[in-house]
Amino acid sequence: MLDFLAQRVAISVLTLFLITLIVFTGVRMIPGDPARTMAGTDADEAGLQEIREKYGLDKPIPVQYVRWLTLAVRGDLGESIRTREPVVKTVAGKLPITMQLAGFSLLIALGIAIPAGIFSAVRRNTVWDLLANAVSLCGVSIPSFWLGIMLILLISVRLHLLPASGFVPFLQDPLGNLQRMLMPAFVLGAALAAVLMRQTRNSMIEVMSANYIRTAYSKGLAEWVVVFRHALRNGLIPIVTILGLQMGALMGGAVVTEQIFVIPGFGRLIVEAVFTRDYPLVQGVVLITASSYVLINLLVDVSYSLLNPRIRVKGSADGS
Amino acid sequence: MAPEDGSAPAVGADAPGQAEAVATGGRRRTWRRALRRPPAVVGAVIVCLFALMAIGAPWIATGDPIRTNWGQLRKAPTLAHPFGTDDLGRDVYSRVVWGARTSMQAGVLSILLAILVGVPTGLTAGYYRGVTDQAIMRITDAWLSFPFLILAIGLVTILGPSLINATVAIGMAATPTYIRLTRGLVLSAAQEDYVQGARALGGGDLRMMLRHILPNIFSALLVQATVSIPGAIIAEAILSFLGLGVQPPTPSWGTMLNAAQQFLETAPWMAWWPGLAIFFIALSFNLAGDGLRDFLDPKDY
Repeated sequence: MLDFLAQRVAISVLTLFLITLIVFTGVRMIPGDPARTMAGTDADEAGLQEIREKYGLDKPIPVQYVRWLTLAVRGDLGESIRTREPVVKTVAGKLPITMQLAGFSLLIALGIAIPAGIFSAVRRNTVWDLLANAVSLCGVSIPSFWLGIMLILLISVRLHLLPASGFVPFLQDPLGNLQRMLMPAFVLGAALAAVLMRQTRNSMIEVMSANYIRTAYSKGLAEWVVVFRHALRNGLIPIVTILGLQMGALMGGAVVTEQIFVIPGFGRLIVEAVFTRDYPLVQGVVLITASSYVLINLLVDVSYSLLNPRIRVKGSADGS
Repeated sequence: MAPEDGSAPAVGADAPGQAEAVATGGRRRTWRRALRRPPAVVGAVIVCLFALMAIGAPWIATGDPIRTNWGQLRKAPTLAHPFGTDDLGRDVYSRVVWGARTSMQAGVLSILLAILVGVPTGLTAGYYRGVTDQAIMRITDAWLSFPFLILAIGLVTILGPSLINATVAIGMAATPTYIRLTRGLVLSAAQEDYVQGARALGGGDLRMMLRHILPNIFSALLVQATVSIPGAIIAEAILSFLGLGVQPPTPSWGTMLNAAQQFLETAPWMAWWPGLAIFFIALSFNLAGDGLRDFLDPKDY
């Protein structure tokens, strides 16, 4: 068990290290003077000099990397070119908004996918199963930003049921916050729901064909007892992993969703940063998302190994 | 695991001309197996129609997709403009048709790039194993940690926004998936007796990889390509929608939706057609890909 954890942590640390290397190299690939890149086009000579000294830009590249990494580990990802605020502070200010959006989407996705997936698996090859599969296939194929636009068109423009866009903090106006979050969370959650539903169905079908389930049935247990007490627990284990791996899609989806519904989260921040050539901010956001993805999946794997003793022994994720 | 098995009669043909009968029977059986999956066939047909639309855009479009007409701003669909006109008086139908070219190009080329980089890398990792494999896979893992869209946005920031750069960015973001998949397939293929046998006969590394392993993992890669093209098409649309892909006035479904968003109340048709086009092309690719997966599954007879 400890071996597995140690190995998993070591791999994550290595991955994080490689991520910083990729991000560092990426920023260096931007043509032109790196000091200019980090300080912005309207920085004066004194500002450039300050950047050069801070990152040791006159030193060899490996030294520069170490210096940049040391600062990054301490939470110093530089300053936004546009606002002159520290990147970490800017991102931290936007993060709660995106986390609320992502949290809601996750709830919506799980709320749709798990029951639909179980139902499909139990009523396999019926009309309902076919219908659920068709809806899930459409969910994977529909571009989320178009779904968002169509929902605004129908629900806000035509029916005037919900506000089309904008954001108010929950503490300031709870109802207004929920009203504005509902559509974006559904849009972001829909694609995830489609993926999760397919996985839940497949996983439940596999579990339902296991011998112990047949035994449970032949003991005369009611179907719902077999499904919910016996099959579900094992059936949902792979879903936890899929959920972790889907976090990247959720973060990427948040960028688009926030753009359509004008939500001032970190997704909108990165798009603005790209347009204003605010490289330190883009670099910071990319670094933070990739690192959080690694950490989330580390947590998923650890909790997974606690849930499923078979993994601990085999030491790999395909132990089922 | 289809219940029906329509293969028996052809194989049991009489001895004279048996080879011929088996050949035609084989072909007929292939067709019959394909036609047993109507959704997949419909998907494949629609994909072909979109491909035709992309190639034949100059003949299929009724007007110039770029020419503006200030007297025809945001007109609802009519006979002359079946999909209406946009905020600059351009014919939406012609722009949707030309948009197919942009989307197909970005979707197919980016995945092709991912395959060209990913498959040889995965082959190398899976075939040589050991340190090479470890090094390649650790970098792949790190590469995979960047959310697809965020990586593509980051790359476009470095490269600058354009259709080619968006295609390259999407291709690079899709590459690690192919490295992983190929490596996994190679690892299992290398265990097979025929590969071991070929090795025993003294086949060189390159010959082993290209002649013996690659053909046997080809179908799995083909399925993966079919199901990842719609993702790439949607990614291109998203990048263009955000203003990071195709630049105006080139018609692209993503940029069209971007413009449409500002006129939802007065010209909703501007938002219908490009979105429907993306939806249908993605759906068809997914249907075709699902069908192809079952079709190429050797267990499914």
